[in-house]
This record gives sequence, structure tokens and C-alpha cells, in this order.
Amino acid sequence: MRLLFGFLFAFAVAAVFGLGLTQYALTRGTAFGAITIGAWTAWPKTGTADIDPYARAAVARSGELPIGSGDGVAFYAATDDTGRPLDGRCVVTMSGITPAARFWTLALYDPDGRLIPNTANRYGFTSQEITRAADGNFQIVISARARSGNWLPTGGVDRYVAVLRLYDTPVGVATRNAKDAPMPAVAESCP
Amino acid sequence: MIRWLFWLLGGLLLGGIVHLGSVLLLPRTATQDAYTRLSPSAPANSMVPMPAATPDDAVLPFMDPAFAFSVCRYDLTGGPLKLRVPVSQAYTAVSFYTRNGVAYYAINDRAAGRKTIELDLMTPQQHADLPDDEEVTSADRLIIESPTATGLILVRALGPEPGLMPMARRALSGAQCRQQG
Repeated sequence: MRLLFGFLFAFAVAAVFGLGLTQYALTRGTAFGAITIGAWTAWPKTGTADIDPYARAAVARSGELPIGSGDGVAFYAATDDTGRPLDGRCVVTMSGITPAARFWTLALYDPDGRLIPNTANRYGFTSQEITRAADGNFQIVISARARSGNWLPTGGVDRYVAVLRLYDTPVGVATRNAKDAPMPAVAESCP
Repeated sequence: MIRWLFWLLGGLLLGGIVHLGSVLLLPRTATQDAYTRLSPSAPANSMVPMPAATPDDAVLPFMDPAFAFSVCRYDLTGGPLKLRVPVSQAYTAVSFYTRNGVAYYAINDRAAGRKTIELDLMTPQQHADLPDDEEVTSADRLIIESPTATGLILVRALGPEPGLMPMARRALSGAQCRQQG
């Protein structure tokens, strides 16, 4: 009887611990092959046949189709440069330059990958739509209220993820740091 | 007390195996992967334009809203597939995914270097079965081997400004994927 309880206990621990770990790993994202530059993280290997088992499982679970490495690379930011989570009620400023690429796009999503609803029906920018300063730097303001210049509405949502995608770019598996890929700075200020 | 600690330790070890096993098995058992999501709207071996994503309705998560895209859900069991994609003015890319969503090949308009991206998709077996003389004449045509018999081809055209989205969609409407013979 005691043995039976022991086995049951061990199996329960195994199921909870094992599946919990899987759930955690797949929703939080893993560090395998990640490139982190400031607030931005990319997993260029996920767009190749060398994708690791964790990313493979995460892709199958979410239904996402990752960008192929012959196409481009996607950088995700869920926080600002200091690690504070991006909040739709705050004002987030992205400023600087992007790595070399023929085109880039910026879009905002909720953590499940849906576009952020807003009354302006504007979900992102492309590199052609951005107005830049004379030195090539740009500034994008992400906030609930309308701003002049490059403004992206958040609709006041709680949490969102900014995704900056570079297309036809040398940035990829071989990229290591900000010198190879200068990403825009992300600064958040909350009222 | 000690006995229960051993059971706990055993449970944690077993949990590690459960974890690795579930990660490896998940792609095979996933019910919400891209292929399954697209199956109702995309008949096999034909190019289907997809509606633009909105916050309430998106066929797939994390799709770039600046792109128009079409999908070809392929099944190579009946023979190889021919793909023709006219390139748009801005940027066009073709990505190939296995049944489980692994991106095994992607090419963009610049890499293709022509006005039309033309590819033949086949299984490694079908590639090996190609007659030798055909291999020679096919020097100017690109052959891609699909690791799985079924999968997805995603064709995307960029609309660099909202006003250029109709242009991108028009360019994609000429894309074809067809089974040969």
C-alpha cells in the first residue's frame, strides 16, 4: 500500500514538474541561439532547418510561421532598455537607426500574436513611411494618445510586444552584437 | 520522511524525462499549428490569397501587417509541384515550411534575380527519380527538396505604404502552384 502511494506521488510530481517545465519553456522562449541587442531579441536559427526542439515545439503550439533566414529576421521587444515591460498606457520612444536591410517593418502585437486594436487602424510602420532627421536617425512614439511625427497607437492595452523585422539583410545567425546590428533604443515613461 | 524524499527525487527525475518527451512529441500532436489552421481555407496544391490580418481575425499569429500574402498548402504524394511567383515592385519573398512549420527554405526577389520566381518542389525521392537528361536542361530552373511530403509555401509581397497594398495584392494574384502530371 505504501509502495503504491509512493508511486502515485512520484508520478504526480513527474507530471506536474515535467509538463509545467514544458509550458514554462514554450511560453517564455528559450535562450538557444538568441541574439539580444538592448531591448531586442531575435532567434535567427528558428528560421532555418536547424531549429532547436524547443523553438520547434513553440512554433507548433502557437501556429506561427517563423521568417525564413533567406527572407529576413525578426527582433522582439517586450520591455524597454531598462527591462520595464511595455505598457500601452505609457509613452514609449524608439530612437536611433536600424541595421542594414532593404526594408524593415515595425508592428505591435498582444502576447498571443494578435495585432493591437486601435481606432486609427494603424498596426505598424514600414521603413518607407518613417520620417527621419537629416542624419538618418528616426524617432517613433508609441502611446495611447495621438502624437505628431511617427506615432503608433496602443489603444491603451495592458501589455504588448514590438516586433521589428528586417528583410533582405546581412543580419542573421552570424550576428553577435550591436556593432553588427545597431538596434533603436527603447525608452518608456509612465505617467 | 527520507523515503518520501526519495519518491520526490524519483518524481523529479521522471519529470525531466516527461519534459523532454513532451517537447519532442508536441510538434506531432499540435492541433493549432499553421498547417492545421490553414487547411480549411486552403485546398491542397493551389495558391490561395489570405485576408489581411486584423486584431479580431488573423489566420496565423505574428503575421506582418505590411505584407499581402498567399498560401499554397502542398501535398507532393501525387507528383512534384511547379511554383511561379511574379515579383512585385517592392519586395517579394517565398518561404517553404514543413508539415510542422519548420522553415527549410526561403528566397526573395533579389536572390531569384528575375521578374518571376520559378521553382520546382519535390521530395528527395522524386528528385532522385528525375531522368538524367532532364537534370541538364533544368540547369536554369531551381529545384527545392521538401523534407516532408506535405507542407506550406508562403508567398509574401510588401506594401511599403498602405496605398501600395492593392499593388502588392495584385502582384500576388498572379502567383501559381500546380502539380505536374
